[in-house]
Amino acid sequence: MKSSNAPTRKESNELMTTEATRGGTYYTPRTDIYETEEEIVFSCDMPGVKPQDFDIRFEKGQLTLHGKVAPRGPSAAYLQQEYGIGDFYRSFTVQPEIDVEKITAEYRNGVLTVHLPKQERAKPRKITVQAG
Amino acid sequence: MTPLMRWEPFQELQREMRRLQREMDRIFGRWGFELPTAALPFAAAYPPVNVWEDEEFVYAEAELPGVSMDNLEITVTGTNQLTIKGERKPTGPEKAEWHRRERAFGAFERILELPVPVDPAKVEARLENGVLTIKMAKGAEARPRKIVVKAE
Repeated sequence: MKSSNAPTRKESNELMTTEATRGGTYYTPRTDIYETEEEIVFSCDMPGVKPQDFDIRFEKGQLTLHGKVAPRGPSAAYLQQEYGIGDFYRSFTVQPEIDVEKITAEYRNGVLTVHLPKQERAKPRKITVQAG
Repeated sequence: MTPLMRWEPFQELQREMRRLQREMDRIFGRWGFELPTAALPFAAAYPPVNVWEDEEFVYAEAELPGVSMDNLEITVTGTNQLTIKGERKPTGPEKAEWHRRERAFGAFERILELPVPVDPAKVEARLENGVLTIKMAKGAEARPRKIVVKAE
């Protein structure tokens, strides 16, 4: 079977704004983002990354996620190839003020989850209207 | 008179039909995800699978982030039909403001025809960091046979 259709369903380089030093294909991880009153949470599909091979940075309101993927697969050719293998990279601008010291990340079953807790002053406050 | 090569029109047709089926699977998906939103381009067969071999084994690999072994079922039927069936559960709270939802969830099933016959009793599956690797021992007839040339 041919490999001309690889990679499928894995978009590459779509959101890279700057060029990487290292050549090769980078894949854009599919990402879910939700926000609660307390935090903003990112979940990214980044299969095949070893936990120690993540480079996660938050700088000037920009969250950058990079997962290095070690080569794997056959030593010779594939009999059938439907997706490609390479690093994952994606970068996001984060609007609200984040408590940088309290950022946490976990990796489970190939999914990276990053928690960005909001700064105290950025959290919504309920204002009670007093009767006069 | 004996013909030089036997013409097997039905086998050829069957082979062509299988190729077409694979191609259709790839484009439209056999079952695919039940999509929470219509925006996700997950129409094609899920999961995509890479296949390779060495002398003893056939390997099939798929990226299945967010799927645990408990939600995965792998079967080999006959000697060459591999089925990967499973479900990806939705994550995150219902009560939150969603900015992006690109990760699809739901049930999926993919049936693959292996290019080489395997021994269904000798199948090993491993799920590590969201990558599923299935290692299948080749059937005796598919293993390379060393032919010893006897000296006279």
